Amino acid sequence: MAETKEKPKERRKTRTISSSRSTTNSQSKKQTPYLTATSTTQQLFWFAGVATCIKLLLIPAYRSTDFEVHRHWLALTSSLPLPLWYFDATSPWTLDYPPFFAYFELLLSSFARLLDPTIVDLRRGLDYSADSVVYFQRLSVIVADLGLLYGAYRFARKLDGARRTMLLVLIVWSPALLIVDHIHFQYNGFLIGILLVSLSFLEEGRDLIGGFFFAVLLCFKHLFAVAAPVYFVYLLRHYCRGGIGTGFWRFLKMGAVVGAVFGMAFGPFIYHRQMHQVLSRMFPFGRGLCHAYWAPNFWVFYIIADKGLAFVLTRLGFHIKASAASFTGGLVGDSSPFSVLPQVTPLVTFLLVILAISPCLVKAWRDPQPKNITRWVAYAYTCGFLFGWHVHEKASIHFVIPLGIVALHSLEDARHYFLLSTGTV
Amino acid sequence: MEKKTSNGSSSTGTSIWMLSSMIIALFAFLVRVLVSLHPYSGAGNPPMYGDFEAQRHWMEITLHISSKDWYRNTTSNNLSYWGLDYPPLTAYQSYAHGLLFLQPFAPDSVALFTSHGHESPLGKLLMRWTVLSSDTLIFFPAALYFIVVYYIHRGEKDTAWQLAMILLNPCLIIIDHGHFQYNCISLGLTLAAVAAIFSKNELIASVLFSLSLNHKQMSAYFAPAFFSHLLGKSLRRQNPLLEVLKLGLVVLGTFALVWSPFLYSKEAVIQVLSRLAPFERGIYEDYVANFWCSTSILIKWKRLFTTVSLKLLSFSATFISILPSMIQQIRDPSNNSFLYALLNSSFSFYLFSFQVHEKSILLPLLPASLLALEEPLLFRWLTYYAMLSMLPLLYRDHLILPYVALLVLFAFTHYSPYRRYNKGGIDSSILQKEAVDVIRLLYGIRKGQKDSLISHLANCHF
Repeated sequence: MAETKEKPKERRKTRTISSSRSTTNSQSKKQTPYLTATSTTQQLFWFAGVATCIKLLLIPAYRSTDFEVHRHWLALTSSLPLPLWYFDATSPWTLDYPPFFAYFELLLSSFARLLDPTIVDLRRGLDYSADSVVYFQRLSVIVADLGLLYGAYRFARKLDGARRTMLLVLIVWSPALLIVDHIHFQYNGFLIGILLVSLSFLEEGRDLIGGFFFAVLLCFKHLFAVAAPVYFVYLLRHYCRGGIGTGFWRFLKMGAVVGAVFGMAFGPFIYHRQMHQVLSRMFPFGRGLCHAYWAPNFWVFYIIADKGLAFVLTRLGFHIKASAASFTGGLVGDSSPFSVLPQVTPLVTFLLVILAISPCLVKAWRDPQPKNITRWVAYAYTCGFLFGWHVHEKASIHFVIPLGIVALHSLEDARHYFLLSTGTV
Repeated sequence: MEKKTSNGSSSTGTSIWMLSSMIIALFAFLVRVLVSLHPYSGAGNPPMYGDFEAQRHWMEITLHISSKDWYRNTTSNNLSYWGLDYPPLTAYQSYAHGLLFLQPFAPDSVALFTSHGHESPLGKLLMRWTVLSSDTLIFFPAALYFIVVYYIHRGEKDTAWQLAMILLNPCLIIIDHGHFQYNCISLGLTLAAVAAIFSKNELIASVLFSLSLNHKQMSAYFAPAFFSHLLGKSLRRQNPLLEVLKLGLVVLGTFALVWSPFLYSKEAVIQVLSRLAPFERGIYEDYVANFWCSTSILIKWKRLFTTVSLKLLSFSATFISILPSMIQQIRDPSNNSFLYALLNSSFSFYLFSFQVHEKSILLPLLPASLLALEEPLLFRWLTYYAMLSMLPLLYRDHLILPYVALLVLFAFTHYSPYRRYNKGGIDSSILQKEAVDVIRLLYGIRKGQKDSLISHLANCHF
């Protein structure tokens, strides 16, 4: 430290003093592997601050139609009474998220109304793109990302040194989230945050509150339900243990918590006898097997194989009826888009997902270890991504972020993480 | 960096340094790209628009008119509409950018006459790319060169932070990539000249600084420091006269080369020069945070004195305030004191010279950012004040959002937690170490060095 040549003497002296002081500091740190909460908050604050600056700079960037989707939901929830929310068809962008998300939009719209009433106007607001709405919606995503920060914090505080920094880089500076939330425009940040909070509680062994947060998450965005089988098996085996009596009592407790959450979300719609409409909006199975932008999943290869087979068989002299229907189009109807291979129905994709998840379900049944839950959930989302019906490539975020946490534990996982995150995003 | 870093051999040290500077440079580039999404000066504001239109107009002029008429009022070149008033290198740069970027992809945007006030998304994108490419090709390498020859040579450890301070200077980013100018070229050339002096290439330094002067005459703010430092050094050599002669010839040769299209007659040179020095303007305009403008609240300079006496006053004030540092440089030139001399001379010009623009604060800010490691307090506050002084300008440009974001980003990078740990002097920059950990992790996967890496990761504590 002290051998820097061209410095004046006094400076060298102070340096030596400070370095000796810091060595004692580092020694004391060595003894406590778990760093204090304050330094985690400081570090998190720094990472979040830098990320927020980047997000602010992204405000005028390109935005997809999802921006108008969310703008319309603001108008819809604020100008229509609750029973009409899932019936509205003023815009093609109908409400297709579960009720908690609609309540969230209602909350946001109360602020939007103060800023600029046109934002929440059902008709005049269509395709509204004034500065006010752009700033409001972009800032609302940035503020909502506080949820993500809390989720990251709950994981980061248990880690040490380089691992913690890497975790913060992977979550808070995640390029996938930046692109999808702050350029493309969605609210995945705080949803992933809720998932992380839930997982962190499970890892601590606090199953009831972990289950509560997962139920809340499902009522925000039902696409997260892919991991529900894993949650169910894990909670059944880990939480509802300790004999038949205690087990059953805990099962009831968990059921009551989850039921209460779902009741809060769907209660008003059950009261108005609209559940059928709500569910049909939430699960649009009329849409194609693959989304307009093909997610690089199993069905893409299936379709390519079908096209290839059709081509080869026609050449060989078989008569193949060319299909007119598109795979990605809005409404497929009854005609099968496949020429050779069997038709794929939502039920088939559902069974395939379950089949793909089943190895980790078996593991979770046999040995429900809290330390493995994040890994299993990430695995389940990967399966859902690969075999699900009408999967959007954005769904890859669901497993990229949890896998980032798993990646910190070993090299094997880091390799998977690197492959998947660079491959899909 | 070499032997003095605590983490092993010099090759690891260098690779760590290369890696972290790459990351910082990439981040700085990303920030510039993001700022370029925002509006430019005078966007959608006819009839004169702003600096963006000026630069675009110069491309139009240089592309379509022969170089003899660039600085002359002709039927095809109306000098009252953003006439060229920067030295020839700027004109060449406009020509090159117009030829490489605008002409091939959007010929409409640089068509003679018809393109006045041209505004299109593609035109904006191409114009932004010209600045982005100039920045990465000139300012970034110059900053790296400077760090290598100055701080690393002295065995300073926190060079990654120092590099971030130079590259993430909010004022420079927002003026070049938001407001729209090419300060990165002239400042980058000056920075490269400073680095060349530190690596004992005085002749190259003279060429670079002459080029900088020929890109923007404002670089003359640094001239007294360069002059006195090089003179002081030459006087210490065996053959002082020969050394001075060599430098003088190099400077004259560079100037002659740049000015060659205008050297055919005396009138042509005088015509160009008259465009460069607009002395018909007042002592200050708008709100410049310099001496004359600030004191005008109490002393009404413009009413009390004539323009001629004000010129004399400002010239003597500038000269007197530079003099001590010049004398010091001639008597005892050293690398460290040269940086301070650069700061002094550019600051004197900013505070006391005639007709200063608020954007000129970028000039003293450059040497200040070079001294960030040694004078963190001064650098930090100077940046804050500089940003504050440019607030009215950037408010007119609708650049308040990137203004706030860049300012906060600067504060965050300045107070990096990694920096704070490092101040204790435990190790080389933690940020560098951790960046390397990530890369080693990925690298090790390929090599299969599993165990050593896990143990390495486990040992990462601070």
